[in-house]
Amino acid sequence: MTRLLKIVSCSSLRFFLQMRFLLLFSRQGKLRLQKWFTPLTDREKKKVIRDMMMLVLARPARSCNFLQWRDLKIVYKRYASLYFCAGLEDHDNELLALEVLHRYVELLDKYFGNVCELDIIFNFEKAYFILDEFLMEGEILETSKVAVGVSLEEADTLQETMEEYMSKPAY
Amino acid sequence: MPAPIRLRELIRTIRTARTQAEEREMIQKECAAIRSSFREEDNTYRCRNVAKLLYMHMLGYPAHFGQLECLKLIASQKFTDKRIGYLGAMLLLDERQDVHLLMTNCIKNDLNHSTQYVQGLALCTLGCMGSSEMCRDLAGEVEKLLKTSNSYLRKKVTLCAVHVIRKVPELMEMFLPATKNLLSEKNHGVLHTSVVLLTEMCERSPDMLAHFRKLVPQLVRILKNLIMSGYSPEHDVSGISDPFLQVRILRLLRILGKGDDDSSEAMNDILAQVATNTETSKNVGNAILYETVLTIMDIKSESGLRVLAINILGRFLLNNDKNIRYVALTSLLKTVQTDHNAVQRHRSTIVDCLKDLDVSIKRRAMELSFALVNGNNIRGMMKELLYFLDSCDPEFKADCASGVFLAAEKYAPSKRWHIDTIMRVLTTAGSYVRDDSVPNLIQLITNSVEMHAYTVQRLYKALLDDISQQPLVQVASWCIGEYGDLLVSGQCEEEEPIQVTEDEVLDVLEGLLVSNLSTPVTRGYALTAIMKLSTRFTSVNRIKKVVSIYGSSIDVELQQRAVEYNALFKKYDHMRNGFHLSLLMIINFRFFVVLSSFKMVQVCLSCLCVVPILQANDLLDLLGGNDVVPVIQNTVSTKPASAGGELLDLLGDLSLSGIPPMTAYNKNGLKIDFTFERANPNPNIAVITIHASNSTEADMTDFVFQAAVPKTFQLQLLSPSSNVVPALNQGTVTQVIRVLNPQKQQLRMRIKLTYTHKGSAVQDLAEVNNFPPQSWQ
Repeated sequence: MTRLLKIVSCSSLRFFLQMRFLLLFSRQGKLRLQKWFTPLTDREKKKVIRDMMMLVLARPARSCNFLQWRDLKIVYKRYASLYFCAGLEDHDNELLALEVLHRYVELLDKYFGNVCELDIIFNFEKAYFILDEFLMEGEILETSKVAVGVSLEEADTLQETMEEYMSKPAY
Repeated sequence: MPAPIRLRELIRTIRTARTQAEEREMIQKECAAIRSSFREEDNTYRCRNVAKLLYMHMLGYPAHFGQLECLKLIASQKFTDKRIGYLGAMLLLDERQDVHLLMTNCIKNDLNHSTQYVQGLALCTLGCMGSSEMCRDLAGEVEKLLKTSNSYLRKKVTLCAVHVIRKVPELMEMFLPATKNLLSEKNHGVLHTSVVLLTEMCERSPDMLAHFRKLVPQLVRILKNLIMSGYSPEHDVSGISDPFLQVRILRLLRILGKGDDDSSEAMNDILAQVATNTETSKNVGNAILYETVLTIMDIKSESGLRVLAINILGRFLLNNDKNIRYVALTSLLKTVQTDHNAVQRHRSTIVDCLKDLDVSIKRRAMELSFALVNGNNIRGMMKELLYFLDSCDPEFKADCASGVFLAAEKYAPSKRWHIDTIMRVLTTAGSYVRDDSVPNLIQLITNSVEMHAYTVQRLYKALLDDISQQPLVQVASWCIGEYGDLLVSGQCEEEEPIQVTEDEVLDVLEGLLVSNLSTPVTRGYALTAIMKLSTRFTSVNRIKKVVSIYGSSIDVELQQRAVEYNALFKKYDHMRNGFHLSLLMIINFRFFVVLSSFKMVQVCLSCLCVVPILQANDLLDLLGGNDVVPVIQNTVSTKPASAGGELLDLLGDLSLSGIPPMTAYNKNGLKIDFTFERANPNPNIAVITIHASNSTEADMTDFVFQAAVPKTFQLQLLSPSSNVVPALNQGTVTQVIRVLNPQKQQLRMRIKLTYTHKGSAVQDLAEVNNFPPQSWQ
């Protein structure tokens, strides 16, 4: 626990670090995606995941989407069966974080067409690729929905060298 | 060998597992297959295998054996391989492991790749997990790429530069030239990341901050364009054009305007514009308003603008959306120190939020309410907060109680109000009050001298109602023990005095001792209180009985206490009353050492040493060794001096040291004998007991014995057993002298005796020189 706190105190120099981590997990507590924007050990990561699941899944239905955990603000939103959970520094704008989460969901939706949890389970690597076109270093990379979609499409076409693009995935 | 199964098939298979054990079995099988495939250096399916490994890693299974394989994938020429390879590196490697440094060369090559998407992958990975060494190595490449006109790359490189600066702040200077025309971009992605880069630089270096202040007009212009521009489908979010960029610009303006009059003035108008024109029906509009408010509060804005900002927060408080209410409370908490009066105006709304259903909001409202309490509103606020304390969830009660105590201490309008408030907290949330509040409360009550009667009465009444809340019970027991006399005498001025007898009070305290609800600590308090009442009440026998019962209690703490108190009854009864108000109590752990009749000396003994049954020596040592010297009171003991020549003395059942007694004075029928004892543990102290007897036919009354010693000695005279020496040797008066003889000189003493005999006053002086050598060597 001390390790995590030490990292926190180093980062307090920076006031506007957008995000510390982004987690996606299901109602049953299964992790679907984890993105870490600061270096943490495996043990620390596991602790954060455990705590987040515990806190967020215990929240009653119509609560507000923010809670305090250690010295971080946690912003979470439920979309169907998935919880999107982000950890922010104390000086961050929580309302905007909600918009960020929403934008990510929109991007996923655009890419997969009516995205649902199964899409993210079976195409987790794509979820990461999409995320990496949207956020980097905890900051927003691209504010245009269209631009992200275009980049992904183009990158996908580069992928197909052995199999047909539409019918079979490369792996 | 057959082709390894596809990723999606593996996922499907694993999902069919019905138990954890089944899943583990499947995964182990697949891991084994993957491992052997890795060993065969299979290029075709490496990508597939690593992808499967990443899936299993997400489920929580170890995947470290795939780390090197990721590196091989990164080095491959196929884009598919690189994509999975870099993803694997980001998930499986971390900067703490040296393995990651092997990537450096690959990344360097890929940064110069002909395909922008490959460059993008390299930049992404570097920006995600590049260690300081890697950043140092590749900073040059990053700086080179910053000059590119390719907007796709530009935004990625910019954030990569941000990462480099965060890891290696010294390299910041390197990127300065590239920031020259950063804001003249049209592409929103590039603009956004550029603003982030500028923000990072300004935060880290005051020089950079000063340098970039000149950008304020440009930033204001960009923001204005965003607000005024028409609908842009690419960037629109619920009618607002690129809110992410707007917020980022507002943040940068905040940093630039902080502490600088000119910059703050330059942004005044645009802030006012955003504050008044932003659509508030959706979350996104409120997000921008929120950022605007934060900026206004931080810069040197004119007062009109500040009031506008606080009013926006006030409106937020009334919003239906919980998130917005929460955010408002959080911001108000931050500004309450600097703009106290403005926030006070919204006090009633804030207090209403205490009744909100949402837990996060309630907590914020509680914190803010405490911050708003001052001398003027204390009564009203406390009413609301006490009501909140009654009805809130247990998780809040401890903090709320502490807050109430603090606020009451600072702003209490009267002592009576203060006591009442404390009573209210103890009775409604008594079991949640923090343990350290009990000593603090006791101290507070002690200091409010005129309220003692009222306090003890109220606490007594509270005890009659409910004995389950331990802090309440502890404070009440202590008060009853201390002020029981006031309780019984019905002296209360503040309210109608209750009629209560000594027996009733003792009933209550004994009830605490036997109740299952009382913790051991509480029992300790109760027993001590009962003991203290032995000097205040007349029903001493009942108290003695109770104390002796607990001498065999299972609880060691209680037992020890009871035995000590018993000893005080038996042997030192005259001493028990020799102290004016109450007894010497030694209470372990967090309790007090109370030496009464003089100032209260409150010492918390936190050591775990078990004080053995008080030896008389120890008792005397304690008295002798204290800084506060007891004032010797010559009060009459209730016990008569025993008849006969037997030694009625404190040292009765202790082995004498073998020093022979002596006669110090024998004249006119008055004989004074000295007996000796060495005080352990200090061998320099000689304890002498005088025994005065009277062989004449008349009593010697008003008998006073005084003694003086040479300068090198120190003398202490304790209370005499009596000041009547009965006639015809019917009894002796004893008194203890303690002599400190550090230099081991020969003991000499001059004594003065005064008494009344047959109606006339007698006074005599004498020298005592015949002390046995053992008494002073």
